[in-house]
Amino acid sequence: MLLRPALLTLLVWFVSPAAAQWGGTIRFAVQGDPKVTHPWLAADAPSHTVAYLTSAGLIRIHRVTQKVEPWLATSWKWSDGGRTITFELRPGVRFSDGSPFSAEDVRSTLAGVLDPALASPHAAVLQVGGKPPEVTVVNPHKVAIRFAAPPAGWERLFGDLAILPAKSTVAGASAALAGLGPFVLTSRKAGASLTFARNPHYWRMGHGGRALPYADGVEISIQTNREIELLRFERGELDFINKLDPDSFRRLTASHPAAARNLGPSLDPEIMWFNQTGRVAPAYKDAWFRSRNFRQAISLAIRRADLARIAWQSLATVADGVVSPANKAWVNTSIAPARFDLTAAHKLLEKDGFRLAGTRLLDRLGNPVEFSLITNAGNATRQRMATLIQQDLKALGIEVRLAALDFPSLVERISRTFAYDACLLGQNNVDPDPNGLMNIWLSSAPNNPWHPQQAAPATEWEASIDRLMHAQSSTADASARRKYFAQVQEIARTEQPVIYLIYKNLLAAVSDRLGNAQPSLLYPHVFWNIDELAVSPGAGSAKTQLSSLR
Amino acid sequence: MSRILKRMATAYLVLLAVAAVAGPWLTPNGYADQNRDAISAPVSVPHPLGTDELGRDRLARLLEGMRVSLLLAPAASLIAVSVAALAGVWAGWCGGWWDRSLDGASNLFLCLPGFFVLITARAALPLDISPWTSVTVTFGLLGLLGWAGPCRVIRSATRSLSGSGFVTAAHARGSKPHRIAFRQVMPNLAPVLAAQFWTSVPLFLLAEANLSFLGLGVAEPLPSWGTMLKELERPGLVAAQPAVLVPVLLLALCVASLQVVIPVRQVSL
Repeated sequence: MLLRPALLTLLVWFVSPAAAQWGGTIRFAVQGDPKVTHPWLAADAPSHTVAYLTSAGLIRIHRVTQKVEPWLATSWKWSDGGRTITFELRPGVRFSDGSPFSAEDVRSTLAGVLDPALASPHAAVLQVGGKPPEVTVVNPHKVAIRFAAPPAGWERLFGDLAILPAKSTVAGASAALAGLGPFVLTSRKAGASLTFARNPHYWRMGHGGRALPYADGVEISIQTNREIELLRFERGELDFINKLDPDSFRRLTASHPAAARNLGPSLDPEIMWFNQTGRVAPAYKDAWFRSRNFRQAISLAIRRADLARIAWQSLATVADGVVSPANKAWVNTSIAPARFDLTAAHKLLEKDGFRLAGTRLLDRLGNPVEFSLITNAGNATRQRMATLIQQDLKALGIEVRLAALDFPSLVERISRTFAYDACLLGQNNVDPDPNGLMNIWLSSAPNNPWHPQQAAPATEWEASIDRLMHAQSSTADASARRKYFAQVQEIARTEQPVIYLIYKNLLAAVSDRLGNAQPSLLYPHVFWNIDELAVSPGAGSAKTQLSSLR
Repeated sequence: MSRILKRMATAYLVLLAVAAVAGPWLTPNGYADQNRDAISAPVSVPHPLGTDELGRDRLARLLEGMRVSLLLAPAASLIAVSVAALAGVWAGWCGGWWDRSLDGASNLFLCLPGFFVLITARAALPLDISPWTSVTVTFGLLGLLGWAGPCRVIRSATRSLSGSGFVTAAHARGSKPHRIAFRQVMPNLAPVLAAQFWTSVPLFLLAEANLSFLGLGVAEPLPSWGTMLKELERPGLVAAQPAVLVPVLLLALCVASLQVVIPVRQVSL
């Protein structure tokens, strides 16, 4: 009997190799320089990475279970009809500069983020009902925050918000900014690398009561070329890659099968939409693109299964709607699966007066139906998709002209000049909550793909979407939110302003030297538990003969 | 030996040209037809070079791609050498301010990052153009951007010829300067122009291949030699399907053959 606990201990010791792996440096790459190192101002992916490593919020969303867990706050309680939340703060926590963490820091953080002069992207999210929250410091370890209305998706508000010391100002923001994250930024070489050292005052404890993180430091290379990133991973110079394309994944599967991780459908779809801004030339195309029947017919004529099988080498899932099947909390499962039906597509087009003349489709005025489809150059997978769609629509009698543009030119066309017919692109969904889609689905949103920044909704269905999105964002009732957002999904499916094609699988590369890695579908995927990641001794010893290739 | 090599190169180029012209009759498959049940199929009787990642017959695409590249690369070269001839002869013949201005302009064009100029110019093109128009415009832009190098050579040759005996004799006969330039100097520049033409053809072939390799050249579904080379990006494909190397081998041999057939002896003045 006495042997059993001993055996269990031995097993635990073997299955959690990180227990003995303190020290070393975790190495990975990002695709560009962070624009800022101040966590309140982070808006691009590299800046978010810096913020994630150097700061912490009151709570954390466990990226695997997708549940809220205590972080800087040990507990919380809602009162006042869901308007006020009171956080009990973790005692004994210190910032990286050694100063103590208290309720006053939470109050000053909220005041700082809401300062209009700062223009923090967090400010709009915190202003529920258009009003800033009132913060009351109850005692050094307790803080109460009162909103004007019950906030929707509160975990998103406090999980992402980096708490900084009360003495912090934006003017003083620098590499030396004190934080509560597991690492501190120690050096930054523009266009080359970012180096982080362990936060000596980090509050989380690992095995044996020793303070985390396991690694002594993190080195991030700025690596715009994904080919070189993969090459460096294969040579042991990087410990993980957060996202891989299908070609790279297949190559890695052949060379390092144990390192290739396929996590299944991600939150990121590949989408296609028509320009509905009314600035399309010639004008008769505008009528096509504004027609629900036309958009539905296009959607029905695309063989999504072929896009997933051929273009994505079976590393993607057919998209049925706005929400990924991986987002189980929000997907509307009552929506019928997307289908391929050429006959139904022809019938819809006939309703709008389109007719076939030989193999060409003509509109009611006799104009041949042809349009351009733009996408970004250099993405082989997306260009394969475009070519497959071109062939699919030929079966409808539609001529599609493909144009691959460099990315700045493409962004110029879809966001400023609107000189395009249709566009094929991917969407990065960091947040599974519908509030994360407000900047896409509201008619006034700057990132609305089909008709951005409308002064007022151009159509009744867009007005309905606006109303439902606002409704779901202004209630804390989870079931009501689900109901509202399910209706948005139904409208989107009927109107097809954005044609959802596939959800790509999340493909990552994780070195066998990286212990405790639990890659997640949610951002930041592989390094969401960066403080628990451990590297084997000697990892990265082949340090970078390729540094000149960066 | 060199004569045999030259004959072999000429024969190879003629063979390529014939294959490009007769392409549609050499294979029953269309270059754009996708057989989605036979993607990346190996070499077989219906597909002598296999199929690509979208199930399109690689031989049909190679023949069409050759037609595109072999027709339009010489056309781009002709544009470049024509512009270069006009500018070079004018600068070399007039001298003085004209010579200095055109020298400066050609230096400027040589310094320009032509690749980025080309990408920018292509991005400004209308999107509703057909693949053939798109590829023609691409080669046209290549031709217009490629005049500076040949211009310097032609300008130097013109300067040499302007001091030669037959030009002096023409002046003595009372011929007008523009008549001398076009009737005496130009014909004597023919070997230089021919050499510049032939040396530019492979450059334009490779420029288009580079552009297409980045996805910025010929629009789908039209193939070119460059778009055929894109397949080589796919990991492990060369080992699995060596036939994928055929386009790059043909292109390399074509460029080498063009170098062999250039009339080297006649270039020296």
